[in-house]
Amino acid sequence: MSDAWLLPTLLVVPLVGAIVMLIAGATAERWATTFGLIVQSIGLAITLLVVANFSLSDAATMQMVVEWSWIPELAVDFRLGVDGISLPLVVLTSLLGWCAAVYTFRHLPEPGRARGFVGLLLLLQVGMVGTFLALDLILFFLFFEVVLIPMWFVIAFWGSGPRRRAANTFILYTVLGSVVMVVGFLIVIVQTGSSNMVELASGLGAEMSSGVQLTAALLILVGLAVKTPMWPLHTWLPDAHTAAPTVGSVLLAGVLLKMGTYGMVRIVLPVLPDAALAVAPFLGAFAVVGILYGAVASYGQNDLKRVIAFSSVGHMGFVLLGISTLSIVGVNAALFGNVAHGLITGLLFFLVGSIKERTGATSFTQLPRALYTTAPRLGFLLGFAAIASLGLPGLAGFWGEFLALVGAYHPLDSGARLFYRVLLVLGAVGMVLAAAYFVRVLRRVGQGEAPPQRFADVRPREWLTWTPLVLLTLVLGLAPIVLLEVTDPSVRVVVESLAGALS
Amino acid sequence: MNIQSIELVTLGPAIVLALGALVALFVDLATRRGQAALAVGVAASAVAVPLAVAGSGERTLCTTGDLATAQCAFVVDPFSVALQLVIIGGTAVVLLMASADIAARVVPGGEFTFLVLSSASGAVLIPATNDLVTLVVALEVVSLPGFALVALRRGEPRAAEAAVKAFLYSVAAVAVSLYGVALLYGATGVVTFPDLRVAASEGEPSAIATAGLVMLLAVIAFKVAAVPFHAWAPDTYQGATVPVAAYLSVVSKAAGFAALLLVTWTFGGWSQVWAPVVAVFAALTMLVGNLVALRQQLAIRLLAWSSIAQAGYILVPLAAVSGTIEWGSLVTTAVIGYLVAYAAMNLGAFAVVSVVARLDGLDTIASYRGLWRRRPWLAICLAFFLACLAGLPPGIIGLLVKVDVLAVPAAGEVWWLALVMAVATVIGLAYYLKWGAIMFRAPHAARSVPWRPARSNWPSLVAVGICLAATLVLSVLPSLALGLVERL
Repeated sequence: MSDAWLLPTLLVVPLVGAIVMLIAGATAERWATTFGLIVQSIGLAITLLVVANFSLSDAATMQMVVEWSWIPELAVDFRLGVDGISLPLVVLTSLLGWCAAVYTFRHLPEPGRARGFVGLLLLLQVGMVGTFLALDLILFFLFFEVVLIPMWFVIAFWGSGPRRRAANTFILYTVLGSVVMVVGFLIVIVQTGSSNMVELASGLGAEMSSGVQLTAALLILVGLAVKTPMWPLHTWLPDAHTAAPTVGSVLLAGVLLKMGTYGMVRIVLPVLPDAALAVAPFLGAFAVVGILYGAVASYGQNDLKRVIAFSSVGHMGFVLLGISTLSIVGVNAALFGNVAHGLITGLLFFLVGSIKERTGATSFTQLPRALYTTAPRLGFLLGFAAIASLGLPGLAGFWGEFLALVGAYHPLDSGARLFYRVLLVLGAVGMVLAAAYFVRVLRRVGQGEAPPQRFADVRPREWLTWTPLVLLTLVLGLAPIVLLEVTDPSVRVVVESLAGALS
Repeated sequence: MNIQSIELVTLGPAIVLALGALVALFVDLATRRGQAALAVGVAASAVAVPLAVAGSGERTLCTTGDLATAQCAFVVDPFSVALQLVIIGGTAVVLLMASADIAARVVPGGEFTFLVLSSASGAVLIPATNDLVTLVVALEVVSLPGFALVALRRGEPRAAEAAVKAFLYSVAAVAVSLYGVALLYGATGVVTFPDLRVAASEGEPSAIATAGLVMLLAVIAFKVAAVPFHAWAPDTYQGATVPVAAYLSVVSKAAGFAALLLVTWTFGGWSQVWAPVVAVFAALTMLVGNLVALRQQLAIRLLAWSSIAQAGYILVPLAAVSGTIEWGSLVTTAVIGYLVAYAAMNLGAFAVVSVVARLDGLDTIASYRGLWRRRPWLAICLAFFLACLAGLPPGIIGLLVKVDVLAVPAAGEVWWLALVMAVATVIGLAYYLKWGAIMFRAPHAARSVPWRPARSNWPSLVAVGICLAATLVLSVLPSLALGLVERL
């Protein structure tokens, strides 16, 4: 049987779900979360079918491609496909979407309004999955933008604290970035007459002059760097993460940030190779500043959510560092780091959300101490996630960062070796600093004198949400090859063409 | 000289609309029912559509029988037909929208229909005009009934003031445009567009011709309410009834853009004169329109400023015409594509505002709070139109036409203009989002607006429905807007 229906279905299912939520009457409030869980489960099942149909021996080529002519005036086709670079992120998105649906099953953040919440999460899913599946520049941009309005509503309506301001900062920042990005796309389209990512990646993009490539790449990188977020364009992130409700933070950190780094590997590196070579050292420098800044700023935070938010800046710094080396190891590390950060930070935000729900607080001054005593299982999971996040060998967080440093030891451009060695040392310092702030978190929250009040330990709904994340963190930590063998063939193709452009 | 063999088909849309105007007046007199007059108007629009399509490729009011050398006053090409369809469709939606006002006896039905159709009959002529004199006359045919329309609102002193304001500005504009035409004629010795195009391609413009062209541009800028010739628009929109404001902001503006496309095509050889002028208009219009819109409290004034800002986006492709980009399909596709989308989404927003103003008496943005609870469908529609205007999914067509517009400065490497548009878009997002979101917030318990059961007038809901259907279809099939000219 042809498998061409799989990818469109992956978008249509949540889209139809969102429309049903929009037009269903007020009675839907009662069955909305059940409905959301069913739709996300169908989506996850289809994703597993995609994985089953994915041919690992052809991981470097686009598979299950569908293609419809859409807007000939802009040379835009509706073209979807999946390869080794996008497949892990599609799986991560479907998994986190499903986890979010389980977590909110009959259990919504204030002020309830199940219909709206479920509908927005489903719309968000369309945009997130679509971004990773799109094989056309304008289509990519379109899906990139789809996530904005739902996420704005999720933060502004279901968030806490200065949620409206945080939501506005998030959307205005991102939109400014993505309008700049689309100008870069338009330059590519006008110059080459094609918006087809595959075609552009296989040499058409490289035909553009280096000057044009550089202009386009800088514009595109601004948009992607805001999303990632790359220091110093990260300032929207801490407020948005802190204000968002739990699943909002999870999806924001787990998926939305990856759209930026994915775009770099998918578009900037293969389509604009000359420009990628030119900007890579700068990207690396910003990445390392981000790593150090993330570590130091995390240490200075007084709020659990803000600690994790700033730690994300650091982790994404490692992803950017991996990309900036343009080496096979480095780019693989970046893709690995994307998935690992999605799993671990997703888990951390879930845990913090549950702690907040029980204690009503996320700031260190208000949080009761001794979580290990009052809720040992919750405390254990928090410890596990924090240790995974600081990059303990044997857990998923380690490989992304370690391999990024290995990549920095052997950058593609051997002329810049010394520069990357410096970045390597600074990055390693950042890795150590990350240990400091998570140890501080664990000491502050986990240990100490137990408060008189008790709260519930991990509930079944929460077990169901978190088990897949914990298991995958372990699996990827113990057998990173599971993921690397998927990404490696595609990465090799990208890096080889970069090497060709270099010589 | 053997003059004037008139091809009725070529002028068909204008004739049908003008006849419809007269019939509507008599129907109103005979039946005393304003709604019947409206029905006549909608029927006339419906008849005008196939006539417009059939007229493609025709020309009329020519000087000689020999078509090859003829100087014709009207030439219909696919580009004119596309604009005529926008104008006719917009007129029909405005008539449907006005049904609620007429039922509430805020405006008299016969006179309203008469004036709208009279104005529209001038508007459909503009894209087909072929010389400067006919163009100025057609622009006046659009404007004159417009002032009467603004003043038509019963029991609203501000309407008279608004009409006088628009009238005085417009009189000055006519004087300037005639002066500009005279200067251009004096400088080149010809008035038809093909002759002027030849003259403009042959040499540098003289100082007189430059002055004439800039004057003509200023008048068109007045018609499309481009900054700094926009001052009449917000007060006029607020003083008039909502359908009249919708008419001025969509149909009348589309006619202005048709004139601008004609003039810029004609003087393509002198783009070094008009492109910088249009660029200044575009940048100022986008920035001022969006910045002032940020501060608006009244729904209708916000829409007024938002439609000023939107006109700025439509100017961008023409403003980007420079050494590397010529007036061509890249530019017209972007302008006409944006106009089609703008007509659908902006009329939609006006239509919802008109309905809820009549139903619930909503006027300020704050009063829209909780609309989702009271009238979910209208809230969804308005939110969708606002998303289109902001250019964010789910308003896909709004996003794509913005991308298409942005492609022109990207191709022409006019970076500052692209940057201004990027910033303007972000500013615009702030107020569209604020308005869109407030409808979904829980209503104030203390001062919730007492709402009557939905006794809304069905034709005005049909107007909302048509706009919703149009924006949805365009969002799925954007080629219908972007490739409209090629399809005709």
